[in-house]
Amino acid sequence: MSSVIKVRGLHKSYGSLVAVDSIDLTIARGEIFSLLGPNGAGKTTTVEILEGFRRRDGGDVSVLGRDPAEDGKAGRRWRDQIGIVLQSSQDAGDLSVGETIRHFAKYYSNPRDPEEVIESVGLTEKVGALVRTLSGGQRRRLDVALGIIGSPELLFLDEPTTGFDPEARRAFWSLIESLRADGTTILLTTHYLDEAEALADRVGVIHRGSILEVATPALLGGRATSLASVSWRGPSGLEIERTGNPTSLVKRLSESFEGEIPELTIKRASLEDIYLEMIGGSDE
Amino acid sequence: MSKIPSALTLGLYRGGLEIKQFMRQRESVVFTLAFPIILLAIFGSVFTTELTNGVTFSQYFVAGMIASGLVNTGFQQLAIIIPMEREYGALKRLRGTPMPASSYFIGKSILVFVSMLVQVALLLGAGVIFFGVNLPTDPAKWFTFTWLIILGSAASTALGIAFSVVPKSGRGASAVVSPVVIILQFFSGVFFVFTDLPGWMQQVAAIFPLKWMTQGMRSVFLPDSFAAREVAGTWETGRTFIFISLWLVAGIILSLRTFKWDRE
Repeated sequence: MSSVIKVRGLHKSYGSLVAVDSIDLTIARGEIFSLLGPNGAGKTTTVEILEGFRRRDGGDVSVLGRDPAEDGKAGRRWRDQIGIVLQSSQDAGDLSVGETIRHFAKYYSNPRDPEEVIESVGLTEKVGALVRTLSGGQRRRLDVALGIIGSPELLFLDEPTTGFDPEARRAFWSLIESLRADGTTILLTTHYLDEAEALADRVGVIHRGSILEVATPALLGGRATSLASVSWRGPSGLEIERTGNPTSLVKRLSESFEGEIPELTIKRASLEDIYLEMIGGSDE
Repeated sequence: MSKIPSALTLGLYRGGLEIKQFMRQRESVVFTLAFPIILLAIFGSVFTTELTNGVTFSQYFVAGMIASGLVNTGFQQLAIIIPMEREYGALKRLRGTPMPASSYFIGKSILVFVSMLVQVALLLGAGVIFFGVNLPTDPAKWFTFTWLIILGSAASTALGIAFSVVPKSGRGASAVVSPVVIILQFFSGVFFVFTDLPGWMQQVAAIFPLKWMTQGMRSVFLPDSFAAREVAGTWETGRTFIFISLWLVAGIILSLRTFKWDRE
């Protein structure tokens, strides 16, 4: 009951190309899980198998207690509980924002209030505008609105903030926080590492069809215990030292400078540093 | 937990939405509705002789235009638009919702049926006012007309959905679909008197539904004496009904089996 997504030994090939090679994944109810990985790593294939768009070649998959590959009547009830924001989907755009969202609301047994959803994605001013007149970022917000209109228990977000300006991304993050507060389970794929760090309870790094590691953003790749780099301006210019004990280094420096250390910075590896190291490291 | 809306309910919603979307594409509205009238004007002006006593070419041609309207608004339109919707990702998005394929199909049928009604009304109106077309007075002929429009729209819709998997891309769809329709129109006696066509052409045409729709419409708009000039010497109304019905069933089965939401 506690796991919403459970994947064991997932395998998928396209001809001789192995896209996904034995992936295991468990996502708990109410969790925000972010799948990270370069293009072609198997992210989209994995997510689309979970969404029921693609068939797998092997392994066990359970999403909200059901195998997504099964067709039939149960499929409608299953999709009623799921929201999907695809990477690219467009309509001809001859309907207004309001018409589109209100129409999609009719598909679900327990839709959210369309006006409320429009407000929450920040499209209130555009409610009467035809979809084809929207900017890229506004269209993306419409996509998100259509993903959450059915009050899903489980929400798939594939690169949701591509094309957002920084302000819109912050607004989107707080929308996700409010969905988290409602208990929505979210599987997020993103290229923005700061987004994963801000939103995800756990991240999984996928590369060449395999999961390299699953951890909280703070602990991924030994990040918490990685060397810190300490830099300051000494008598002979800028100095940098990488150390496992930054506190004692700073203490020593503070004593030798007798007070303020000029231009002191202490930097831990960012999630992005760790991620790039993991992806790059496995290339050899 | 409340219930998921029925496939029929959602199909009716989809129908309303499809019509709304269609009406906003002004160019295609004008084209769909005005093109048959323009063709009628051209052919009516070129061929001014009577085919037999009291039967003008316009009268003959109106039957063909209504029948090919069925093919244009249903088969041709859908076989071009659905691949485009697939390419945009609009279909994939729909697939991710609890709306079933049958609702989508119902929506398309409603769109085709409604645009067909408007098209026929305008064509007949223009025909009567400007080109001396005579409307039938016999209720039995109007009965035939009604079931031909309903059955024909349905078959054309189903076949259009079924054929929508053939074009490889949305952009190329028109180039794949339009020649099929135009050749069929020539073979089926839309532009020429069917019995003037070579025998092999008539036999090929008899496999496809447009020939039967055209012949059925002739039985509505031409005097019964004209039936003698048909290939069989009669209107073959029963056979027309059976043929279009068979194509409808084939179209539905193919649509349900082969319909693709996604490009790959």
